[in-house]
Amino acid sequence: MPIDPGVDPYPAHMRESIKKVEATRQARLTQEFPALDADAKSKLLKAFHPDHKPGQLTDIKVGISKGEKTFAEIESILQAYSRLDPDTFDLSRVDFDVDVLVIGGGGAGSSAALLAKEAGSEVLLTTKLRLGDANTMMAQGGIQAADKENDPPTRHFLDAMGGGHYTNIPELVRALVMDAPEVIGWLQDLGAMFDKEDDGSYITIHGGGTSRKRMHAARDYSGAEIMRTLRDEVQNKGIEVLEFTSAIEILKDKEGKCAGAVLYNMETEEHFVCRAKTTVIATGGAGRLHVQGFPTTNHYGATADGLVMAYRAGAPFIFMDAIQYHPTGAAFPEQILGLLVTEKVRGMGAQVLNADGEQFVYPLETRDVESSAIIRECTERKRGITTHTGMTGVWLDSPLIEAKHGPGTIKKYLPAMARQYERCNIDMTKDPILIYPTQHYQNGGIKISDDAESGVPNLFIAGEASGGVHGRNRLMGNSLLDILVFGRRAGKSAAARAKDTKVGELSLAHVKKFHEELKAAGVPRDRISPMLLPDYRTPETKERQKGQIPLGAEI
Amino acid sequence: MATKKPRDKKKAGSRAAQKASPASGAEAKGEAGPSMVDIYIMGKRYEVPEGLTIQKALEYAGMRLLRGCGCRGGFCGACGTVYRTEGDYKLKVALACQTVVEDGMYLTQIPFYPANKAVYALDELQPALESLVQAYPEVMRCVQCNTCRKVCPQDIEVMQYIAAAMRGDIAKLADLSFDCIMCGLCASRCPGELVQYYIALLGRRLYAKYMMPQASHVADRLGELRDGKFDKEIDEMMKMPLEDLKKLYDTRDIEPEDEIEQDAVAAGSKEIND
Repeated sequence: MPIDPGVDPYPAHMRESIKKVEATRQARLTQEFPALDADAKSKLLKAFHPDHKPGQLTDIKVGISKGEKTFAEIESILQAYSRLDPDTFDLSRVDFDVDVLVIGGGGAGSSAALLAKEAGSEVLLTTKLRLGDANTMMAQGGIQAADKENDPPTRHFLDAMGGGHYTNIPELVRALVMDAPEVIGWLQDLGAMFDKEDDGSYITIHGGGTSRKRMHAARDYSGAEIMRTLRDEVQNKGIEVLEFTSAIEILKDKEGKCAGAVLYNMETEEHFVCRAKTTVIATGGAGRLHVQGFPTTNHYGATADGLVMAYRAGAPFIFMDAIQYHPTGAAFPEQILGLLVTEKVRGMGAQVLNADGEQFVYPLETRDVESSAIIRECTERKRGITTHTGMTGVWLDSPLIEAKHGPGTIKKYLPAMARQYERCNIDMTKDPILIYPTQHYQNGGIKISDDAESGVPNLFIAGEASGGVHGRNRLMGNSLLDILVFGRRAGKSAAARAKDTKVGELSLAHVKKFHEELKAAGVPRDRISPMLLPDYRTPETKERQKGQIPLGAEI
Repeated sequence: MATKKPRDKKKAGSRAAQKASPASGAEAKGEAGPSMVDIYIMGKRYEVPEGLTIQKALEYAGMRLLRGCGCRGGFCGACGTVYRTEGDYKLKVALACQTVVEDGMYLTQIPFYPANKAVYALDELQPALESLVQAYPEVMRCVQCNTCRKVCPQDIEVMQYIAAAMRGDIAKLADLSFDCIMCGLCASRCPGELVQYYIALLGRRLYAKYMMPQASHVADRLGELRDGKFDKEIDEMMKMPLEDLKKLYDTRDIEPEDEIEQDAVAAGSKEIND
């Protein structure tokens, strides 16, 4: 995609600001903005992080985590009725009968399926889009693992705990950091093509909040490289996969153990009963709920279906009042609004600048702090740059990467980023790019033990759908690690448990009970979940769809 | 159908036969809003605001996407789109989530291609031409027409990497194909019926597993973990009073950028002086 140099992608007022950025670049090459101390960080977060904005949280009145708080957008799907009528749905015809059911076809689900299969289980993987359609595919920056001499896993533990403001569940962090080198070894053995030096050692760099360079990357297609490798392996191992088939309700047996799920063919709208000795939910996060109206970096399917199903089945959640905003979402041009600009761009030396080309924050603060500083610069200090569509952002001085590491560095190590901007006629090797925080990650989720089991026996959760390992704030590179560490653990645990599990009579009694609680709490009957996919059609379209007589209705 | 608001005219459904251009009609004279363009979704005309991506334009037109929509960020290959513009015979390709609509765009998505993926055990293969040929014998049927290159929305040198594959140059195959998002458009147009992206995937896995040297620091660390080298220390950290852990965190040293990169910085500043 050649850049057209005759057309300036930036309007004149933005170009004026870029001139200020260029004027300060030489001096900034050796200028390091100081990191904030603990006290200043805490004040900044309280004043400017979207989680702390007053009036955004709602009480949960129904279910096992009653009394907890979450955002209205999440509350509206957690406190909602099933897509099934638990009184009339027929559970007597079992369509699939397996050892391990894996719900979700991203990195966590694929890892779980592979490990369960390896342990001898009969596995069914079901996913509402295609195998590999997941946030894993979009993760660019890299994966953390303490596998170098100067970096013991204890140091990784410390960074993760501090990054999560010490709210993380220590047993989960221990599992995360201690399994990390094994995960890198596994990826190496599977032939995932990560960046290496000539001697075979991994090239590792910093991420926000790391004290050692432990970010392993595959150019800036790190997640894609993991996902296409795992997908290939799932297919090679002959694991049965149902695509465009979503799980919509967890099944339990009369003893209260998880016993599979009701599946829904997204194309034919048919339901299927899957009886499973153990079940793994690996359905990812909630970006497509657009908490507080933020744009998102997330995949089309990130609608927190697993959270809804597990909660209805009686699994408590944790930290569902902590959303991660990625500090550098694209703020210009309009067609890439909200898309991720990987943290690797800052990891490689790009600074964050205001309209006058000045630094105002250390570029590698943790994500919550970095986001809050950008929001402060644009709101209270009014030193952001406003685009012609009214979006405000600050500069990320990408040309500094080439100034620091030599020409060609961006094309070599950030090809996806360079391509994304080239498609908008922006050459990020020469011009800075405009960024603003975007909804990126669900820090919390269904609470798990270190063998990935939820509060419901025989129901395991892995990846973004789970909560606790990152506390209230995740560090870059710990998510790709999380999905593989806990995906593998969930697969192993689920396979082991399946060996001595006998499933009793299938039941949706838990759904019926949940419905009664909803009614008692006065939750409106038209709230139905899981959402499955967002609906981006216009209000006008929806208005025009009204008036049809439902099939089978009495006239 | 009576339409009052200018935006009501975006739907072509009831007036598909009518000829309309964005410059004519009520919306051009009406209240200020985004300029509209005509696009033809599988032949049927819809009016959509300019500046939208193809994907958002489909949704604006009233479609709810299931097939043909994935990450919405250019990484998953679900939304491969073939189009041409009015009056031009030339077929073009795009990712619907990454490409802005043009007036007079005739488009269809190709969300799936029935490609053959070979099943193999990577552990039993050699990083050699014969592994590629055994899995995908059709690799040798390439006629070097370069259609794959022209149809690649990632601008990958597809024919070049297939040529590398045919020479058994797996390192080159892996490097050139790295940015592939496996959308399948190359295979859909290939007269030799190759499935380029699966050949490339096998090539990359062979290269990474067998041709890149193994990381000795990973093997060393795995050995240390097996010996329980860090168990005691991490157990102590888990039991540590919060204040002590905070102190440890706040006073931890940060690894500096290394020497080599400092040299590159120096070289880079010279560059900027130029």
